[in-house]
Amino acid sequence: MDRYYPRSRKLAPMVAMAAAAALTLAGCSSSSGGKQAEEGGENASAGKATTPRMTVALVTHQSAGDTFWDIVRKGAEVAAAKDNVKLIYSNDPNAGNQANLVQNAIDQKVDGIAITLAKPDAMKDVVSKAKAAGIPVVGLNSGVSEWQKLGLMEFFGQDETVAGEALGKRLNEAGAKKAVCVIQEQGNIGLEQRCAGVKKTFEGDVENLNVNGTDMPSVKSTITAKLKTDSDIDYVVALGAPYALTAAQSVDESGSKAKVATFDLNNQLTGAIKKGDIEFAVDQQPYLQGYLAIDSLWLYKNNGNYMGGGEAPVLTGPAFVDKTNVETIDKFAAKGTR
Amino acid sequence: MTQQAEPAVTSPPAPGPGKESDGRTQQRPLALRLLARPEVGVFLGAVAVLIFFLITAPAVRDGSSMANILYQSSTIGIMALPVALLMIGGEFDLSAGVAVITSALTASMTAYQLSMNVWVGVIVALIVSLAIGLFNGWLLVKTGLPSFLVTLGTFLILQGVNLAVTKLITDNVATDDISNMDGFDQAKAVFASSFDVGGVQVKVTVVWWLVFAAIATWVLLRTKYGNWIFAVGGNQGSARAVGVPVTFTKISLFMLVGFGAWFVGMHQLFSFNTVQSGEGVGQELIYIAAAVIGGCLLTGGAGSAIGPVFGAFMFGMVQQGIVYAGWNPDWFKAFLGVMLLGAVLINLWVQRTATRR
Repeated sequence: MDRYYPRSRKLAPMVAMAAAAALTLAGCSSSSGGKQAEEGGENASAGKATTPRMTVALVTHQSAGDTFWDIVRKGAEVAAAKDNVKLIYSNDPNAGNQANLVQNAIDQKVDGIAITLAKPDAMKDVVSKAKAAGIPVVGLNSGVSEWQKLGLMEFFGQDETVAGEALGKRLNEAGAKKAVCVIQEQGNIGLEQRCAGVKKTFEGDVENLNVNGTDMPSVKSTITAKLKTDSDIDYVVALGAPYALTAAQSVDESGSKAKVATFDLNNQLTGAIKKGDIEFAVDQQPYLQGYLAIDSLWLYKNNGNYMGGGEAPVLTGPAFVDKTNVETIDKFAAKGTR
Repeated sequence: MTQQAEPAVTSPPAPGPGKESDGRTQQRPLALRLLARPEVGVFLGAVAVLIFFLITAPAVRDGSSMANILYQSSTIGIMALPVALLMIGGEFDLSAGVAVITSALTASMTAYQLSMNVWVGVIVALIVSLAIGLFNGWLLVKTGLPSFLVTLGTFLILQGVNLAVTKLITDNVATDDISNMDGFDQAKAVFASSFDVGGVQVKVTVVWWLVFAAIATWVLLRTKYGNWIFAVGGNQGSARAVGVPVTFTKISLFMLVGFGAWFVGMHQLFSFNTVQSGEGVGQELIYIAAAVIGGCLLTGGAGSAIGPVFGAFMFGMVQQGIVYAGWNPDWFKAFLGVMLLGAVLINLWVQRTATRR
């Protein structure tokens, strides 16, 4: 018996832990929410093409863990599955690194490349290399004013300035007098353009506010601070869905009368629009950007088509999502594709 | 209270001021001895910054503005405390920023995917956070590699795991909303509620921050474990020679950082309902900066727990003060940097003046 004593002493806590774990699992399930309550539903699928297998690279300037880019990628993946395309996705927010990733795609001798032009100058060389190698290149998301200069075949996206202008006009309709435009990434050109667009058409005052986008508590208290200093602010314009949701909390906490509008959607944001926490969102349909970029390369290879005739960009935004149309969009957003 | 918390390698700090007049060292004036304490420089710096913003930004004088500044400070400060203790122990942790998000993601996904009471997720997240600290400390002690390399490794691992696992499990890069699940309201009350003080809403994190700071101060100055921390940070070899459990101390300090990451992670989860997997990068430097401004040496062996409280306060004050003052937002980060450097220099100058013979 003695021989086994030390072993049983070790065993006892383990048995206790296992028992505790079993009890925990049995007794602690949540009666609401959670995976079990999640509605089923498959992602969009449109059958599958019988054309020969081709390879397409999608190279973006996505920074890690951004919900927006995740939706772009999902659109691209669905198009790839439908078109019998092997999709190579890569991303780097650093322009030099992004160019290297494009070079990598050229080296792999892909059949088509889709890129974003957040920093067009850095992409110039690799784009001409791709063309020299006979690889068609299309643009998406950013670079609406640059894609033709670089000789890209087509472009899918929204003009950030135009989107900002549309939001500014909408603020006029809502009778807003003073807005604050919250930039979550200081120095990001696209974000600056959105705020500049708002400034152009909005008849009231608009001020930019930089916040630290990687730290949500900091975003919240900075917006709260801004609202407290200036009680005249009646609209907070956020440039991304997660920041809009945080801005709504700041409005609550500061006791301000401001309303929240935003660019871009995600699945929580549509719920917030339904509830009235957020007034409206400007949607540039990221899913469509990813989808069309891949689909267009398939069309070009198999039928020689190009959208926009190679002259005009294909605009995916700005479309407004508000209380009037949120119901139809909500079920797609719940799947993380809008 | 004038006793300096010196790195006690061969003997613990003397229990009272009586020992200082043994004739070998000259008694210095009280004011100078006060100034030589590591937290006095940062205290003066924080007061200077506070006064500066009280004058330039009228909105700061409002009670609710101060509550907001304290909230911002507390989310930095709760992490700055264990980070400071770790630095006094001679190490630092680059993975602290993303570890916060790892913890929040773990809790959220465990609860949601298994449809469990959210407290199950909270406990699992605590275990995971402590395990990350254990891994950091264990690897450091076993290999003798500098903490820069070890924690840089964990930083990158966690950053990748945060993204990849979240995407794998939820098919999104952010977690699902858990706000309608059982236990959420209780957990929110603990980690992310607020209460009324004379018409001003104060966040509960502010209370936790000050409670943790008080505990850390007591541990550091009044317990054997506190002495061990100073000893391993001062001179590891001598510490080991006099019987300080170096391995235990270092590993437990890393686990303490894990605990802090868990706490702040839970706050973020229960105050925002979902977590984006890419957040947290860069926050580790802010925690380290708050600790350094608070008088903790990058080389270890010196510092206090109250210093980082003022360090974090200064950070929150500057960050929000710029907004309250309504300055051009383009200069936001530059202002922050200048104010912080200024504070560190004041800190340094005060220390040098005070310790000059």
